[in-house]
Amino acid sequence: MTSDCVAGLSGVSKKFGKTVALDGLDLEVRRGELFAVLGPNGAGKSTAISIMLGLRSPDQGTVQMFGESPRRVEARRQVGVMMQEVALAQELRVHEQIDLAASYYPDPLSVDAVLELTHTTPLRDRPYGKLSAGQKRQAQFAVAVCGRPKLLFLDEPTVGLDIQAREMMWSVLRRLVEQGASIVLTTHYLEEAEALADRVAVLARGRVIASGTVSEIRGHVVQKHISCSTTLAVDEVERWPGVESVSCSQLKMHISANNAEDIVRRLLAADEALEGLEVRRAGLSEAFAELTQETPQ
Amino acid sequence: MSTTAIEMPSSRLTTNRAMPFGRLLNACLTEAKYETLRMLRTPAFGIPFLCLPVALYLLFAVLLFGAALRADHKSAIFTFAAFDVFGVMGPGLFGFGAVVALEREQGLLALKRALPMPPAAYLTAKLMMAMMFGVIITATMIAAALTLGHLPLSATQCAGLTVVNILGALPFCALGLFIGTRTSGKAAPAIANLIYLAMIYLSGIMFPLPKSMATMAVIWPAHHLDQLAFRVLGNPSEGAPWMHVAVLAGVTLLFTALSVRRLARVG
Repeated sequence: MTSDCVAGLSGVSKKFGKTVALDGLDLEVRRGELFAVLGPNGAGKSTAISIMLGLRSPDQGTVQMFGESPRRVEARRQVGVMMQEVALAQELRVHEQIDLAASYYPDPLSVDAVLELTHTTPLRDRPYGKLSAGQKRQAQFAVAVCGRPKLLFLDEPTVGLDIQAREMMWSVLRRLVEQGASIVLTTHYLEEAEALADRVAVLARGRVIASGTVSEIRGHVVQKHISCSTTLAVDEVERWPGVESVSCSQLKMHISANNAEDIVRRLLAADEALEGLEVRRAGLSEAFAELTQETPQ
Repeated sequence: MSTTAIEMPSSRLTTNRAMPFGRLLNACLTEAKYETLRMLRTPAFGIPFLCLPVALYLLFAVLLFGAALRADHKSAIFTFAAFDVFGVMGPGLFGFGAVVALEREQGLLALKRALPMPPAAYLTAKLMMAMMFGVIITATMIAAALTLGHLPLSATQCAGLTVVNILGALPFCALGLFIGTRTSGKAAPAIANLIYLAMIYLSGIMFPLPKSMATMAVIWPAHHLDQLAFRVLGNPSEGAPWMHVAVLAGVTLLFTALSVRRLARVG
């Protein structure tokens, strides 16, 4: 593991009965980065995170958080957590939830500072049980950041949030990373990882099948996407070398090709009236789909 | 958008790990405060435990058999101790059993384990709740006995009974915790109820058992708590008090150890 690694798994395997959840998994979270863990359902993301948090023990391999076991409370005093499957105490108000979680840390933010930071001041006196699903996620986020964590685990943090609340959470996450925090994010929203992550690991069948920056992950897909308005026939373009697929929608032709430059030249030569030409490289979702052989989620 | 400067993970981080004793204590007290607040905000959970023992005591010891018990002090103590022990058992068995199971199922316990909650805070808070219930139940039972029950109890006996009840809640908390760590939120109340009802009848606290069953009563913690209550209230009791204390302490330690081990390993 590198010297700026704040938490990580090394050669971690975990089985549940005969099902292999993790198969020699290596993950490393570095200081001051937002690290996104992606993968289809059942890829082992939740198991990996629960082992990283010390909630489960690995069958094999080692796990460390700030150089020690995550089961040591001293290590966890530098950690904030937002889980996906959790119901906070229904009877407590949002400011009470924050006050309770803050009491676990040596040097927490004040309740009002947390409410302001996470834009949850309007929810301050609302009982948790009476919040909407999105508001509950915001309250859980407030609980996660109240202890000034050095390392923040966020499991699907924006599920159920409206666009405005999601943008707000994203801006807080960027701010935390700027201030030196490390964030581990698991998400099904690939645009979220694309917008926020410094580094991405794609998991499948309990192993890392690709890791690197978003650009590097995109680089796994050589295809580019061309769209234009043209009079050319779909079946004609389909026969051109290098063309992977062709479709038409909204009066536009959409072409996926490995050699986009050659195809663009040929398009322009074949149809002088061609217009609305756009070339786009593959996004994270296409890379994800190709890497995991799954439909983009 | 917020413009206020809020110092997040910063230069403070290097010293972030140490937790002064005062803050550790504060964490336990804060946990206990909110546990109490939660209970007060869900009176439907707490009120039956607080009201049922004294209501049943008044029904049997005052309304139905009041005249007979006034003439038979020993039986009056037997009946009083029965509903007193009945009251002490409930909050521990259900407060720990059903609530821990539910909080495990809802992921709240996992979140608290992932957060740096001091390991003792969670159990201490629930323990304090069960003990507080024990005190309230003892107070209402003593008040009912002294006024409507016409049971003469000295100040020493009242104080002794309060101590016995507070400490006597512990084995039932441990049993409840054991149920809560091993069953689902739906199953826990049913299993706690099963043990609760079996213990009430098979421990012989409510009525004298036939000889063939009486020997088996010693396996139930309620029997030993009942014997200690007899001792404090002046009724003849079976066996030495230290033996009853040892059994109750043993049950507490055994089931707490099994449960804490389970909580640490699988949550």
